[in-house]
Amino acid sequence: MPSSTPSAARGTPGTPDAAGTADAGGAAFDPGRPYRLSRSVALRPEPFGALAYHFGNRRLSFLKAPELVELVRELERYPSAGDALAGVPGTRRGAFLRALASLAAAGMIVPR
Amino acid sequence: MTTLHDPPRAERVPALAEQFKGGLAAPICLTWEWTYACNLSCAHCLSSSGRRDPRELSTAEIEAVIDELERMQVFYVNVGGGEPTVRSDFWHLLDYAIDHHVGVKFSTNGVRLSPERARRLAATDYVDVQISLDGATREVNDAVRGPGSYDMAVRAMENLAAAGFSGFKISVVMTRRNVGQLDAFAAIADRYGAQLRITRLRPSGRGADVWDDLHPTAAQQREIYAWLLDRGDRVLTGDSFFHLNALGSAPLPGLNLCGAGRVVCLIDPVGDVYACPFAIHDAFQAGNVRSPGGFERVWRESPLFAELRRPSSGGACARCPAYDTCQGGCMAAKFFTGLPLDGPDPECVKGHGEAALRSVEPGALPRQGNDHSRRTVALGMPAVRPGRPDRFCDESPLSGMEPVHPMGGRS
Repeated sequence: MPSSTPSAARGTPGTPDAAGTADAGGAAFDPGRPYRLSRSVALRPEPFGALAYHFGNRRLSFLKAPELVELVRELERYPSAGDALAGVPGTRRGAFLRALASLAAAGMIVPR
Repeated sequence: MTTLHDPPRAERVPALAEQFKGGLAAPICLTWEWTYACNLSCAHCLSSSGRRDPRELSTAEIEAVIDELERMQVFYVNVGGGEPTVRSDFWHLLDYAIDHHVGVKFSTNGVRLSPERARRLAATDYVDVQISLDGATREVNDAVRGPGSYDMAVRAMENLAAAGFSGFKISVVMTRRNVGQLDAFAAIADRYGAQLRITRLRPSGRGADVWDDLHPTAAQQREIYAWLLDRGDRVLTGDSFFHLNALGSAPLPGLNLCGAGRVVCLIDPVGDVYACPFAIHDAFQAGNVRSPGGFERVWRESPLFAELRRPSSGGACARCPAYDTCQGGCMAAKFFTGLPLDGPDPECVKGHGEAALRSVEPGALPRQGNDHSRRTVALGMPAVRPGRPDRFCDESPLSGMEPVHPMGGRS
């Protein structure tokens, strides 16, 4: 669900660009593990949800549902990402799981 | 002016683009020109730069706007000009922005990028540099950017590369003269460990004077599109070329929408806020950062931006099957060529723009905004700005006419 924007090799503060380079890469997402929002990430509230910006790798992601923003903010209160997802209605759980995996790949959420 | 306009790439483009049309809480791509002063006089300068404007924002005023951007969570800005590095407080302001969590990518012709400065930049996190280069050879570049500008850019690139600043950007405005050099530009970027960025020529500022001569031909537009499809994953475009999407079934990477006033805007050196970097004209001025409420109020409350965030109908283009892919093209390109904003782009790949241009009265073209072009040239002679050629007189009066109306004028 989030659309991540890989930025170029060097930090390009202005580089959520029309083309990006390779995946900055986080570890594979494991819903059985506990996660939290990276300390390097700021969430900017937006009408559709939030914009997440990683000050370290300069990636920009879009959290395209307010419920997803809430989930991400609350992640660290749960023993695992899967437990956090348990509160999500079944029809959306798959999409939110994919969103978390994508956020983990972008380094936006990290294992704790 | 060399400015940046790089909206984010999105994985699920349509849905996100739809969201963006309603506008964001703060811009993602904020272009901010710090001065109209420039050591060069590029023929296509979007902001008609040259002379400093006495009303330019002071150091303290720029700092105050940076504070505001930090509060609004504008995480980075694209700084341009003019030549921003000729401001004596440039390096201080760069540090100030970075210290306040506002990253900076600045565009420069390279004039101040000495070996020592390059080393300091390479050691600074959270800053990126974009070198303007409009020809892969001295001859092609200097014809547009002026004598000495190619060597200046090359020196800057050498200094950055030697300092270990990898991944800086080389920014090229595509013109009729340099489309054939695309591979050569890519080779230059590879040589310096840089990334190539190509953007579209706009008929804005002095760009209006050279538009007819320099904007790529229809065949060249197809060449750009094909080249980008082939290498687009490695090349930045500032989402410049979405008007070319109607050329094929594969969309170019990017949001493919006009971000003006939605995700993009421009703050000019005197603090005026415009909908986009290519539209420095009263018609697109939303306010000034010096007014009560500052930039934030302009972004959130300006009637102009509210209007730009409303759904558009597509106008004359609504019935065209390509509209979904090209979105009618660039607002600024239409405006400055005298075309209606809800009609085709002047470079419409279906040819609708050319047809529409035939009915534009040359006298009805909008005047360009603030002209800061230098008034004298090196020898002290008054600089004569030739103005844009009369579209009706610069070629055979019969060209473009339907053969069935041998005596008819263009209507």
